[in-house]
Amino acid sequence: MDDLKAKYLDQIANAADEAVLEDIRLAAVGKKGEVALKMRELGKMTPEERQTAGPALNALKDEINSALLAKKSGLADAALDERLRTEWLDVTLPARDRRVGTLHPISQVQEEVTAIFAEMGFAVAEGPRIDTDWYNFDALNIPGHHPARAEMDTFYMHRAEGDNRPPHVLRTHTSPVQIRSMEKTGAPTRIICPGGVYRADYDHTHTPMFHQVEGLAIDKDISMANLKWVLEEFVKSYFEVDNVDIRFRASHFPFTEPSAEVDIRCSWEGGTLKVGEGDDWLEILGSGMVHPKVLEAGGIDPNEWQGFAFGMGIDRIAMLKYGIPDLRAFFDSDLRWLRHYGFSALDVPTLRGGLSR
Amino acid sequence: MKFTLSWLKTHLETDASLDDILYALTDLGLEVEEVEDRAAKLADFTIGYVESAEKHPDADRLQVCQVNTDEGMKQIICGAPNARQGITVVVAKPGVYVPGIDTTIGVGKIRGIESFGMMASEREMDLSEEHDGIIELPSGDVGDRFVDWLAANDPAKVDPVIDIAITPNRPDALGVEGIARDLAARGLGKLKTRGVDVVEATFRSDISVSIDENTLDGCPVFCGRVIKGVTNGPSPVWLQDALRAIGLRPISFLVDVTNFFTYDRNRPLHVFDADKVAGNLRVHRAKGGEEIVALDDKTYTLQAGQMVISDDNGAESIAGIMGGLDTGCTEDTVNVFVESAYWDPVQIAYTGRALKINSDARYRFERGVDPEFTPVGLELAVRMIVDHAGGEASQLFQAGKVPDTSRTYKLNAARVQSLVGMEIPESTQRQTLTALGFRLEGDLAHVPSWRPDVQGDADLVEEVARIASLTKLQGRPLPRLTDGVPKPVMTPSQRRIVAVRRTTAALGYNECVTYSFIDQASAALFSGGTDTTMLENPISTDMSHMRPALLPGLLQAAARNQARGFADMALFEVGTAFSGGEPGEEHMLISGLLVGRTGPKDLYGTSRGVDVYDVKADAEAVLAAMGAPAKVQIMRGANDEWHPGRHGKICLGPKKVLGIFGEVHPRVLEAMDINGPAMAFTLWPDEIPMPRATGANRGKLEISDLQAVERDFAFVVDAEVEALTLVNAAAGADKALIAGVRVFDEFIGGSLGEGIKSLAITVRLQPVEATLKDADIEAVSAKVIEKVTKATGGVLRG
Repeated sequence: MDDLKAKYLDQIANAADEAVLEDIRLAAVGKKGEVALKMRELGKMTPEERQTAGPALNALKDEINSALLAKKSGLADAALDERLRTEWLDVTLPARDRRVGTLHPISQVQEEVTAIFAEMGFAVAEGPRIDTDWYNFDALNIPGHHPARAEMDTFYMHRAEGDNRPPHVLRTHTSPVQIRSMEKTGAPTRIICPGGVYRADYDHTHTPMFHQVEGLAIDKDISMANLKWVLEEFVKSYFEVDNVDIRFRASHFPFTEPSAEVDIRCSWEGGTLKVGEGDDWLEILGSGMVHPKVLEAGGIDPNEWQGFAFGMGIDRIAMLKYGIPDLRAFFDSDLRWLRHYGFSALDVPTLRGGLSR
Repeated sequence: MKFTLSWLKTHLETDASLDDILYALTDLGLEVEEVEDRAAKLADFTIGYVESAEKHPDADRLQVCQVNTDEGMKQIICGAPNARQGITVVVAKPGVYVPGIDTTIGVGKIRGIESFGMMASEREMDLSEEHDGIIELPSGDVGDRFVDWLAANDPAKVDPVIDIAITPNRPDALGVEGIARDLAARGLGKLKTRGVDVVEATFRSDISVSIDENTLDGCPVFCGRVIKGVTNGPSPVWLQDALRAIGLRPISFLVDVTNFFTYDRNRPLHVFDADKVAGNLRVHRAKGGEEIVALDDKTYTLQAGQMVISDDNGAESIAGIMGGLDTGCTEDTVNVFVESAYWDPVQIAYTGRALKINSDARYRFERGVDPEFTPVGLELAVRMIVDHAGGEASQLFQAGKVPDTSRTYKLNAARVQSLVGMEIPESTQRQTLTALGFRLEGDLAHVPSWRPDVQGDADLVEEVARIASLTKLQGRPLPRLTDGVPKPVMTPSQRRIVAVRRTTAALGYNECVTYSFIDQASAALFSGGTDTTMLENPISTDMSHMRPALLPGLLQAAARNQARGFADMALFEVGTAFSGGEPGEEHMLISGLLVGRTGPKDLYGTSRGVDVYDVKADAEAVLAAMGAPAKVQIMRGANDEWHPGRHGKICLGPKKVLGIFGEVHPRVLEAMDINGPAMAFTLWPDEIPMPRATGANRGKLEISDLQAVERDFAFVVDAEVEALTLVNAAAGADKALIAGVRVFDEFIGGSLGEGIKSLAITVRLQPVEATLKDADIEAVSAKVIEKVTKATGGVLRG
């Protein structure tokens, strides 16, 4: 029996491939194999002999079977290894191309701004880009003769011969949305109105279209101190800094009273803007308490309600935060610019995850 | 508005430093735009003394001077005719920058002799145009700084010039006195008040002055005095210095006086040459068509209703805007009529705009001058003229009367707290208003006549807060609208737009923001460019019309990128397009554009030209992201910008178009100079129905554990038969059992013959109750074949 074992284990160890292995299996533990033949001989043995020979034969069978199995998997491994050796690829070849899209910085920043103000309870209002001169000017306390009208470089729509209404305008600011929103919802209200605005001006810092976000909060007891807090919180959150100094400078806008221009403390060291440190001041927006006449124009009783409004340039704060040098390039759609300054589709700005990467 | 520090100090008694004044100005709302500190430019010039001067051996006009300076004796070669021994001079040593000649002095040799510096003229130091010789100082010690000498002896020369931006509501700050008043109210000094020393009339002039009845609303008051026997000529030095410092050229004394009061007190005046005025002066409205040559030498044609001052010869002055050349003063003028009038801001604004004249007078009258100051300003000017130029003054003419602008508003001290959120004691509030010229009577504040901007009690709050300084305002939290977690604020359509942007970007498109206006020709290619969407005053012909669609802007962007050497691109825009020129005639669009290949050529052979099915897939994906129904119709017949055979309208019924995808018409590409072909889609998000409000619940998922079976069929049909017809027919064979039908092959022509194609579909059967038997499958197959045959006229391919 030991001979049998040595013979087959030796054969198994030397088998070259699976076919040979199968032949060995048949010869050894197949139905007509040597081990089977030996098993048949058990019947002729005395019970005593059988008691030792039986288990021994079974053990032999098991041993051969597991040797076969081990060899088989060894052979398969070797065959696989051999195949894989021939399957070498130059992995430095370029990957399959996949187009990568981007979001425009204006869209991204608009979402950032919305996320911050939404947290403070501001909804998003929208309005038309072509508007009447009443909504764009008169309702905002800018009567026809007001110098601000001439200073705003307004685009006017063409009027057909015989149509003697004052020409419609391309909104020069997002402020007319304030009026439309007040008309629609009344007070109290908290809204921001982001969107494109137009002024007839084109040079290296002006484009005839740009983007603003307007903010409006009306309630019984909202004060300019609340405005300052809202803007401080906004600036900290938007520029992602812990502290920022904000300076309110008295100014004038026809639609607010008192009015203030808002500067933030910054430094421009090495040509990079750092918000919240340094000795420079950067003007970022105009604001004030809504003028009683504007509230009236929006159908809100100024004796009962008061509130603040502010407006800032989306393109401008995008340039400041992301270091984009030229406003004109925003509207040029140069693929290189879109890819460099654009944002990934899944970079959704959130307050929980952070606004920027 | 420019002024000098010393000019300011003629109205403000103050010890405040320049920096303190600048800070206060900006903080008060009088934003400092620029400060020209001329002393700083001259800081390095020192005083020297010419000990000896000898003629240069090789040059007749040059002197070799030995000059005593703070660094000892220096040899300086000088070509000035007055360079000589014994004079006190101003020296620029090597290394000093000389602003008037924009040069930094070095050590040099002039005709072989070394020179260690320069002695400067006034022009070389930007002090004046004087360049006849070097400066000879009447006093001064060697080594002292020249600026210190100037400050002590000729302060006007080193007077800092301050330029501030004036917001349109503050006409009073267009006069130096008004600026001083603000600073005094802030506590930076004391406002100097000066009385009026009226020149006594010594004769009666027989000119008469009148205002037409219909012009009184535009010119309520017109004052004047005649002065006989004046001697016009250059102004006194202080006046010339003051005007020059703020960028005005001194012309002649009579003209300079009017400019002085314009800037000093925001009181524009006009001086007529009385000898050139024929007869009487009359303020009236133009009939229209009158011509006048104004002081700027230009001829203006007046429009009916505009205000004008005429004499017997006709129009002599465009009222409140610009005087006429004919009756203007010259050096030879001896008899003058000095005019001071009040003009209505609105009328001046409209006339100025119509005539396109920008003058100091218009700028001030349209913002509003102090009406009560009209006669006072006249008297101050007459006094200045008589004192300097001599002459005798006539009686005062006054037509009309000073308009009554008096008004009062209630000072509600608590309102400052409520509106601004600052605690300012009532006594301080009252003090502030008083300092600004308000007169308080109980809690009523009488508004001073120079503050036309104050029109309500909110303005009182503004004044108090402004003077107290908004910089000191402390922020206070804005209370939350609700306790707890904030509610979402975006509307479903706003969320859709956000989803659209991110989905399209995720599909590999780069988002663009292009201008809302476009050239007429490009607009016309997209059914726009009509007069209703035309701008009256476009910035250029490239931007003359509101865009009818987003694609023209994207196509132009594609052309620009192609010109830069980028052939393959995927661009998209989400924005507004305009169907007309009325508010609301605009709608939101989403457009995507594919040009070139799906990617750069590669070794995998996957790069190919973009095609209609790319944009169809993208359009469907974006629609799905907006929650559009999956079951839509694809129709044809879109506008001419699309390839007639290669586009589809994605519709819910014939009128409800959610979007269009397809190939852009080659004619459009040619007109816009683009290497095609180009594939595009446009979607109308507002057309997509809003989902019914069923809440967040998704409903129960019904799935079967039984194995699904797929069967393939190929049908031979006419080439015009649309795949969707076939698919719908197949799907309708057994709605319960058929879970999906997909086209997987199309073969046109060839062995099938002209105009015939084969479409192959896979039908997926999903049993619900029991596993399918062969007989079941055959029954369904037969039904599919029957339905398709009926719907398409095709036959099962054998």
